[in-house]
Amino acid sequence: MPKITFVEPSGKQVEVDAPAGITLLQAAINNNIQGIVGECGGACQCATCHVYIEAPWTDTLPAVGDMEDAMLESTAADRLPTSRLGCEVEISSAMEGLVVHLPSKQF
Amino acid sequence: MTQPAIVVLGNGQAGFQVAASLRDGGYDGEIVVLGDESHLPYHRPPLSKAYLLGSVEDAGLAMRPTAYYAEKRIDMRTNSRAKAIDRARKVVSLEDGSEIEYSHLVFAVGARNRPLPVPGADLGGVYFLRTLDEAHALRQRINTAKKVAVIGAGFIGLEFAAAANHSGAKVTVIDVLDRPMARALSPQMASIYTREHTKRGVDLLFNTQVAKLNGVNGQVQSVETTDGRVIEAELVVIGIGVIPNSEIAEAAGLEVRNGIVVNEHLLTSDPNISAIGDVAAHPNPFADGNYVRIESIQNASDQARAVAARLTGKAVAPYGAAPWFWSDQADLKLQIAGLTTGFDKIVLRGDPEGTSCAMYLFLGERLLGVETINRPGDHMTARRLLATRVTVTAEQAADESFDLKQLVQPAKA
Repeated sequence: MPKITFVEPSGKQVEVDAPAGITLLQAAINNNIQGIVGECGGACQCATCHVYIEAPWTDTLPAVGDMEDAMLESTAADRLPTSRLGCEVEISSAMEGLVVHLPSKQF
Repeated sequence: MTQPAIVVLGNGQAGFQVAASLRDGGYDGEIVVLGDESHLPYHRPPLSKAYLLGSVEDAGLAMRPTAYYAEKRIDMRTNSRAKAIDRARKVVSLEDGSEIEYSHLVFAVGARNRPLPVPGADLGGVYFLRTLDEAHALRQRINTAKKVAVIGAGFIGLEFAAAANHSGAKVTVIDVLDRPMARALSPQMASIYTREHTKRGVDLLFNTQVAKLNGVNGQVQSVETTDGRVIEAELVVIGIGVIPNSEIAEAAGLEVRNGIVVNEHLLTSDPNISAIGDVAAHPNPFADGNYVRIESIQNASDQARAVAARLTGKAVAPYGAAPWFWSDQADLKLQIAGLTTGFDKIVLRGDPEGTSCAMYLFLGERLLGVETINRPGDHMTARRLLATRVTVTAEQAADESFDLKQLVQPAKA
């Protein structure tokens, strides 16, 4: 089970064991991580599970899809090259050590 | 002296959100939320989509883990249902006989499935799809069912039909109206859905009314229509809309007219009682100020946040969030921005013969809303165009080389 570190807006770091197959959004919600919402339930419809992926992972995750790309245009916090939606990133065993930053706002 | 609690009736999207936003907004008093199901708040949209097909599990539906509610001091009660309210005493009485005093009461009680008033509707194998328990039962059956009938070609019915078709069942959808999603979609967009579902192997019967469901040994075997057709089905899903749960409010003397009537601040005629979400009939600027009851995640969430802001003393403008909706059916992503009832002109982008296009719906010079299929960029731009009340002309909408995004302010300054 890969270990993933979430960095909350306050700077607090929380390391969690995240089973492969669930999404970053689900892993964050399951562990009560602050700074993520996921209002639509993970359907890529609300852009409130915006996260920033720390290097070197930014480039190695599966690519951003069309729907995710359109939604990322509407995030509350600035879209950066490291931006993803947590509901669209499925955790795999290759993601051991992934570091995910939560933005200051989701609305 | 401590104030009585803010009591929220209903723990769906709206009920959960108003409690969460009250706490996030600095409200420090007691919050009690009553839900009549056995589950803590969960996401409903995946129930008719990913959950049915097994790509989301029960744990993935929870809005928050159990620990969240203790941490936020939200008294989130399950299996708990209000029986009546006494507005003079500001008290909710529960079905278990207990009472809770409130400083403010929020109705977020939602709606329930509209029953199908025909013989046989209570046979085994006949389901609705609104709650987790209902979806759980359907999920057990969807992989083994060979013949499935869906009564009602709305969002829920068609999402289920697409999932059952994907699972290998022979699916027939029956609706009294002449096209799918007639209440929500333009006839032009609806015709794309008729074509695409048909192409994927789903049978669609429109202008068709169900007379009765036939069964053997208490299990449904077929659906019989008023024109005498018999459609074999061992699994039947009824999705013919909902009825707002407004009885308790009505019994307490609050105005009810297709839902609990609230003003532009989502307050009922009683200044200590608000109503939000599926149950709230509110004046909506996107409906020219007419009273509407909107069944959507966006509406439930935005109204919840608006009420929480008011109750935590923030200056609040009249409620006026731009409505949006979505429905995932097979590989077709339908998104709607705005309220489009009454449009008189359609401007098209993309190819309506394919599965990626946008329809801009105008009434006179005014853009009422945009329906898109697999065009998320157009949808997101439409949300912003509507939210900022920017003028869009039919000529601009028709010109594919014109980037409509340039009409709206950047989302962030």
